[in-house]
Amino acid sequence: GAGAVYGLGREALPQEIAAWDVDIMPDGSGLPEGSGSVRDGEMLFSQNCAVCHGEFAEGVGNWPPLAGGDGTLADEDPVKTIGSYWPYLSTVWDYVHRSMPYGAAQTLSDDEVYAITAYILYSNFLVESDFVLSDENFTEVEMPNADGFIVDDRPETEYVKWRTEPCMENCKDEVEITMRATILDVTPEDEAEAET
Amino acid sequence: MTQSFKGPTPSRRQFLSGAAAAGAGAVAASASGAATPDPKITELQPWATGFGEGVDATPYGMPIEFEDHVIRRNVEWLTADTISSINFTPIHALDGTITPQGCAFERHHSGAIELRKEDYRLMINGLVDRPLVFSYWDLERLPREQHVYFCECAANSGMEWAGAQLNGAQFTHGMIHNMEYTGVPLRTLLQEAGLEAAGDLEDKWIYVEGHDASSNGRSIPMSKAMDDVLVAFKANGEALRKEHGYPVRLVVPGWEGNMWVKWLRRVEVTDAAVESREETSKYTDVLEDGTARKWTWEMDAKSVITSPSPQAPIQHGPGPLVITGLAWSGHGAITRVDVSKDGGKTWETARLAQPGDPKAVARFYLDTTWEGEELLLQSRAIDETGYVQPTKAQLREVRGLNSIYHNNAIQTWHVKTNGEAENVEVS
Repeated sequence: GAGAVYGLGREALPQEIAAWDVDIMPDGSGLPEGSGSVRDGEMLFSQNCAVCHGEFAEGVGNWPPLAGGDGTLADEDPVKTIGSYWPYLSTVWDYVHRSMPYGAAQTLSDDEVYAITAYILYSNFLVESDFVLSDENFTEVEMPNADGFIVDDRPETEYVKWRTEPCMENCKDEVEITMRATILDVTPEDEAEAET
Repeated sequence: MTQSFKGPTPSRRQFLSGAAAAGAGAVAASASGAATPDPKITELQPWATGFGEGVDATPYGMPIEFEDHVIRRNVEWLTADTISSINFTPIHALDGTITPQGCAFERHHSGAIELRKEDYRLMINGLVDRPLVFSYWDLERLPREQHVYFCECAANSGMEWAGAQLNGAQFTHGMIHNMEYTGVPLRTLLQEAGLEAAGDLEDKWIYVEGHDASSNGRSIPMSKAMDDVLVAFKANGEALRKEHGYPVRLVVPGWEGNMWVKWLRRVEVTDAAVESREETSKYTDVLEDGTARKWTWEMDAKSVITSPSPQAPIQHGPGPLVITGLAWSGHGAITRVDVSKDGGKTWETARLAQPGDPKAVARFYLDTTWEGEELLLQSRAIDETGYVQPTKAQLREVRGLNSIYHNNAIQTWHVKTNGEAENVEVS
């Protein structure tokens, strides 16, 4: 095509693209050849992941749980995990592969990522303990909340309502304070003050 | 995020000590007549006779020590650690619209990385005619644009969905900064790589990611990429700060801060959204029935009164009072801000310091008189599309309590008779 108006930059080499372009699409495209079992994943998870995410992917302290929370999305306090919330398995593989373990990202081999992904599925009761995940059966796995997302609908549900001339006078009969931040008392104190 | 944390006694002490320190002098200075001569006038002051610092003392200056409260603040209990975390711009203490870079908020997912220009590479690949690699200096040779835009974290005010929680505008509204950017339109880089291979651009996407370990990959529709997205290398006149993406970041006007990918390393043209972690697990907004909105990119019109506010109480007693704050909209320019002193019963239209710029922060003032009465202060932004900033009740009616992101509700400060202010909700 046209392009190259300024002739700046140089052509990217295939090896360079392969090194950086590792994203996986929901249809599985981008996945490398490979496989990993729940059993191998259990061991790898224990070694690389459990210190933050728990032996059963249930989460430790304030670190994210990766399993559990099924059916809680409409609750007062939803528990959003891979099993209860994430729509695509591709995102699990992709994110673990490129950004985990936290502090030592991009240190897992492709087969290790398949195994850990298999173990996370097992922890969410989505596969049996003898399951082996590979690039060939990857797209057969269905995530429970795959249909749980809608594209931003604010134009229809909000903007049409709120693009009107607002009230300026006598807008309410009464105003009462219903909640106060100082009751919760969770705002950080000025550190200098705290020391004196 | 938890509400069970019980911290040390917070802002009350801070308020009282601050008020005591500033109170005496301020009141004396503003009295209509002085009984005794002011020694600050009648006695020779050291700065009026001796030397100040030489011009070689500070090659790159920091604010004077008396402003050491105007700093970014962290809220420890919000996140598991400080590496994938957030801090807050001290908007309660700033004026105008440009955020000083040194106290402009940070949000990282694997820390602020250090990346030299020599080590910087930007790849354009995917459905392009020629995949390209640019050096930092290649970018400086392309035609530039300058624009002022706000960058607001999608989670700004997110802790306030369920109720009034954090006591200060810095904490409730400080995941925002507003800077003047210089950079190259992303469109220029995509055209340099050639888009014939992409075919019809209508249904195409780009996927953008950073050099850092988190990568922060996000999908953006091609229409936005070809419109006003900037590949920026300067902010407020100088290079980006390390923590803001040095040497190159993406600027995505009007859209949630997460998409403003820092340390930008790759732009891929794709035929679908990648549905990465940052647009599935995160930055999706759960509604009351348990379904969730995805791709809620735009930041709707919003405002907050920055003074008076819990960290900026009224310390000067009754009389003239400047009520001031910020307003912004991802849909375009702010055209009007209304202020209420009685919790939304009555409103008066404030004064914009400058006409609003599209997708940039506007400063408003209401010059008024305070008689020492209690106030329930609110501000309400209106943008050029006619959108009126909603109340929290209006938002909750549509979304419930668990959206986390995109809380642009009207904020209320309760100003007491002593001038102290508190974050409250009202009926």
